[in-house]
Amino acid sequence: MTPMTSIIVIAVLAIFGVYISWRAGRLDRLHARLEAARFALDAALVRRSSVALELAASGLLDPATSLLLAGAAHDARSAHSAREMPESDLTRALRAVFSQPDFRTLLAGREGAEELLSELEGASHQVFLARKFYNDAVAATQVARRRWLARVLRLAGRAPAPEFFEIDDSLVPAGETGPPADIPHLTT
Amino acid sequence: MKIGIVCPYDWEVPGGVREHVSGLAEALIELGHEVSVIAPADDDAVLPDYVVPAGRAVPVPYNGSVARLAFGFLSASRVRRWLKEGDFDVLHVHEPAAPSLSLLACWVADGPIVATMHAAMPRSRVLHVAQPILASALEKISGRIAVSEPARATLVEHLGGDAVLIPNGVNVSRYEKAEPLPGFPGSGGTLGFLGRMDEPRKGLDILLAAFSLMAPERPGLRLLIAGRGDPEEALEQVPAPYRDRVVLLGQVSDADRVRMLHSVDVFCAPNTGGESFGMVLVEAMASGAPIVASDIDAFRQVLRGGEAGELFPVGSAAGLAAAAGRLLDDPAHRASLAAAAAVAVREFDWSVIARDVLRVYQAVAPAAGRVAVAL
Repeated sequence: MTPMTSIIVIAVLAIFGVYISWRAGRLDRLHARLEAARFALDAALVRRSSVALELAASGLLDPATSLLLAGAAHDARSAHSAREMPESDLTRALRAVFSQPDFRTLLAGREGAEELLSELEGASHQVFLARKFYNDAVAATQVARRRWLARVLRLAGRAPAPEFFEIDDSLVPAGETGPPADIPHLTT
Repeated sequence: MKIGIVCPYDWEVPGGVREHVSGLAEALIELGHEVSVIAPADDDAVLPDYVVPAGRAVPVPYNGSVARLAFGFLSASRVRRWLKEGDFDVLHVHEPAAPSLSLLACWVADGPIVATMHAAMPRSRVLHVAQPILASALEKISGRIAVSEPARATLVEHLGGDAVLIPNGVNVSRYEKAEPLPGFPGSGGTLGFLGRMDEPRKGLDILLAAFSLMAPERPGLRLLIAGRGDPEEALEQVPAPYRDRVVLLGQVSDADRVRMLHSVDVFCAPNTGGESFGMVLVEAMASGAPIVASDIDAFRQVLRGGEAGELFPVGSAAGLAAAAGRLLDDPAHRASLAAAAAVAVREFDWSVIARDVLRVYQAVAPAAGRVAVAL
């Protein structure tokens, strides 16, 4: 091996090494972003169920609506694995409550009603945003992990493969602007 | 008496509570009382005279499934108006711990309130969380009824207080006469089963095993099964040569259910547990079908310890085969069991059950005045 070839080989190896470490670093940053997005989503979901529970316990609503909300919020908050279903149920319960005819008008003027309702709407919107960003991060991470180099060299390390979080999180039913019709069945 | 009854579930969807409410209401009217029922239903729905619609039911997720309920201020004001116009001596709410009309009625009413608990909800943490919301409305109930022991246990555990046990009623006369299905019961003998095929506690497996034991010796014996489930799975449990003697009807209408009960020589209830009352036995008794049932508490009680039907050891296919065989060979014994059952079943007829419910009304009403609107 001439000194020239050795230099070229060493240079190529060095460049390759730098490239791999750059790729590993990028994957690491993606995982960090994913982690942050997951925390944000988690916080948004917990906040939404807490505010829903607060509204249920506020005495502003009739007991049937309160019970409905309390049940759905409680199920959502106490689900550790398989969260998607109870969170979707909470959305559907909220939608049923908010879409009662004259719901806002009937509550208008009651002490604290306006604040709680807008807080709940804010929290619901936050869930929508946080879920969008989380799923974005999942998609980006999945693409990066699927790359040939990342798979061969196991650049992702032991970080678990991220999964999308799919729930119904819209306070307005799909394709509607007026009061909602039937909510699709999800009987287990 | 002027009686106001609240049904929490959609009147237009068949279900246990709704059946109960209509059975009770009709029996009370028959006894000469003035009854009005309020239930979630469309304003333009076709309803019996005694039903007042409370507006359309909304499907919402509750307790793990989707229920069609009525809630909110507008529903509450419909209940209020109904209470005002009705001027009732007693208000009877059903399933008041469900987030629907009954709870709203407890909320807006004052005076003598009777409640009937239907569902058994073991491990329901939701009820625990909701305790403060429920408490103020449920405190107004002065007489509580549970339709079964598990329903009563739910009440005691989650909501406190106790209840008297008054079972579900049936309309015995609706079962007494029916045309058997074509070709049944036939001369070789027919065993019958009614219930979900895929629910292990209904015990179809045990009956299929018993049938497989009996089939070789009784070439004409057939098995008639009505209920939801996978037919293949059931047939696989019977040896191939006898499979064509098993007739699967699938899920049947109410009318066909009665016809099916009139098509069998021996009705089998091989349940291994999970029955709080034994409605299926009561239906068979009312239809005059001789019964062989497993010796579980609920069944022993309904069959008066074996007087109104044969009992066999729970889970024993051989025991079931022996008991059913004895009955098939002894028409006189079959007739005497059916006659005893026809007498025993009267105690579950709505006319009798409604009198028990009336006694609860009478115990509660005089002390509490009339039903008034509180809010």
